[in-house]
Amino acid sequence: MTAIPDTPSRPSSILEADARTRKRNAAEKRFRMYGLGAIFVGLTALVLLLTSILMQGLPAFQQSYVTLEVPLLEDTLDPSGERNIDDIAGVISFGYNGLIEQAVEDAIETQGIEIEGLDDPAEIVSNQAAAQVRRFVLANPERIGTSETFRFLTTSRVDQYYKGQVTMASAERDSQISPQQLQLAEALAEAGLLEQSFNWNFVTQPDASDQRPEAAGLGVAILGSAYMMLIVLCLALPIGVAASIYLEEFAPTNRITDIIEVNISNLAAVPSIVFGILGLAIFINFAGLPQSAPIVGGLVLTLMTLPTIIISTRASLKSVPPSIRDAALGVGASKMQAVFHHVLPLAGPGILTGTIIGLAQALGETAPLLLIGMVAFVTEYPDAPPEGFFDPATALPVQVYNWTQRADPAFAERASGAIIVLLVFLAIMNITAILLRRRFERRW
Amino acid sequence: MKDVRADERDTTMNDVKIETKGVQVYYGENHAIKDVSLAIKDKTVTAFIGPSGCGKSTFLRCLNRMNDTIDIARIEGEISIDGEDIYDPRVDPVQLRAKVGMVFQKPNPFPKSIFDNVAYGPKIHGLASNKAELDEIVETSLRRAAIWDEVKDRLQAPGTGLSGGQQQRLCIARAVATSPEVLLMDEPCSALDPIATAQVEELISELRTRYSVVIVTHSMQQAARVSQKTAFFHLGDMVEYGETDDIFTNPQDPRTEKYITGRIG
Repeated sequence: MTAIPDTPSRPSSILEADARTRKRNAAEKRFRMYGLGAIFVGLTALVLLLTSILMQGLPAFQQSYVTLEVPLLEDTLDPSGERNIDDIAGVISFGYNGLIEQAVEDAIETQGIEIEGLDDPAEIVSNQAAAQVRRFVLANPERIGTSETFRFLTTSRVDQYYKGQVTMASAERDSQISPQQLQLAEALAEAGLLEQSFNWNFVTQPDASDQRPEAAGLGVAILGSAYMMLIVLCLALPIGVAASIYLEEFAPTNRITDIIEVNISNLAAVPSIVFGILGLAIFINFAGLPQSAPIVGGLVLTLMTLPTIIISTRASLKSVPPSIRDAALGVGASKMQAVFHHVLPLAGPGILTGTIIGLAQALGETAPLLLIGMVAFVTEYPDAPPEGFFDPATALPVQVYNWTQRADPAFAERASGAIIVLLVFLAIMNITAILLRRRFERRW
Repeated sequence: MKDVRADERDTTMNDVKIETKGVQVYYGENHAIKDVSLAIKDKTVTAFIGPSGCGKSTFLRCLNRMNDTIDIARIEGEISIDGEDIYDPRVDPVQLRAKVGMVFQKPNPFPKSIFDNVAYGPKIHGLASNKAELDEIVETSLRRAAIWDEVKDRLQAPGTGLSGGQQQRLCIARAVATSPEVLLMDEPCSALDPIATAQVEELISELRTRYSVVIVTHSMQQAARVSQKTAFFHLGDMVEYGETDDIFTNPQDPRTEKYITGRIG
């Protein structure tokens, strides 16, 4: 054996950092700064995003309403005077326009408003108004001949005037509103007949056409999204968990399970629009399911969510210590008993979290839904499930996409408003996931 | 602990409980156990000693078919309990494991209450027809594992909250709750401090009156203290098997001698 040479010990004081240590400390400090910088950039982006969405979207939750006394003239509504409901229904919404005009003129007169060059004062009231009065009359035919107080939406132009998007100057050039009409609106506001209030219709009412953007709401989209989430939950959770338990606990390791495993990982990375094409080809063209229906959307999103759920479920099953399985098998539990009595309860919180995150992902998915026709303009609520699963509906993110394509500025505001609603739902889901995990997490 | 080994060692009248003939175990390509034949007696503590990786734990896990859970493990040869081949296709490993209990190296209580830990085995095997019977089984098992006095006031407390030694005795209670005939212990004291070890060793000596106990241990002192029979494993071979006294005082094989004097391992 050769002698190991003595390494000369370097005389140094530990009170003084040497060059090497200083360099190392500087590197560590730099790394921390990079980290802080990254977090700062991320937070700034988040704040900017949220501010911009809130600034643009919050006005959608406010809407202008005008309160008018409408004379329900018998001559117009029921010329025969027999109160025959079929005759009354024979008068279409268009026939009610005269009443609205009358109502606006009455209001101008009683309030003593005088505006020079005012044409078509009824244009400040939404096109929705006539239909609203008609619905009331059909429900209460005995009120014909009296006059009734209604609260109408104003047109989006008047509403936008109060939100600062429309000015007197822009109204000069606008074919849909004139400065005189805006003056009328101001006069009515002074008289207390026109005010802004919280717009529940935005979250409950169905979409509306370009003719009356002020009436457009998210009701159908929220319902459609809820139906799809229900379908995804009912299909993806049991299928995903069953598949994961089988693959993780029971399946032999061989070539076939290897291939399945690789495929599941790959499926999780497949662009969602591919699932849309698949859904179109299989569920609509081959199986003949209806277009635009939540059932098809739900099935497509289930396919998309399955890999996410399987991967997270397998990860949480894997994280259960093998000693627990050994312990259960050691006292003579069967494999299934070991899994269902011991492993699954311990993996539960992780599975729940994975499922909720998968659902949240599905809730925000747009592309595959466009392909299966959920981008349609739907103004009728779908029925209650299960029949409602087959009725046309839209979904929240698709509604956002839809509204961003429309011209009227009221729709731009509504698109941002819909994003806020979507974000609120996502936040609720994520908070639920966190709470469930906290609540059921066990330590050992 | 009293040294009463001399009288306890008189075990010749006991019957053979487990018999193995030409057992070979393969982990994939790796030949882990090479042709092991031995007879384990009833109401006796049999110790398996040997250096790490010599296959003693593997062999122990063959005795209640815990190796079935490892896909790549393959077992040849014959292992019989009371003359019945445990690898017979008619044998359900679940029933076998109720008969051959196991205690693991690291205490592994279920993250449930102390009561539920012990009651789980009897419940799934239907050993108790009502709550009173179950209570009785739990109490008897905890008493046999010499932990009853420490936990009787907190049976609903989580089993994972006990100290390491208590957890291991709880695991022993859980194993004896299914009324096994054989108790396999895989290094039951390796994670315990000396005091807890002494308690568990004392317990093993008591368990011997009811069960055939097979214990894998790294500690030769432990083997000498608790066992009547000892088998020495080296590189997958069972080198020597005999009375514990003989193995430690008069080993026949040079490898055994080297190991117990600390020169290999």
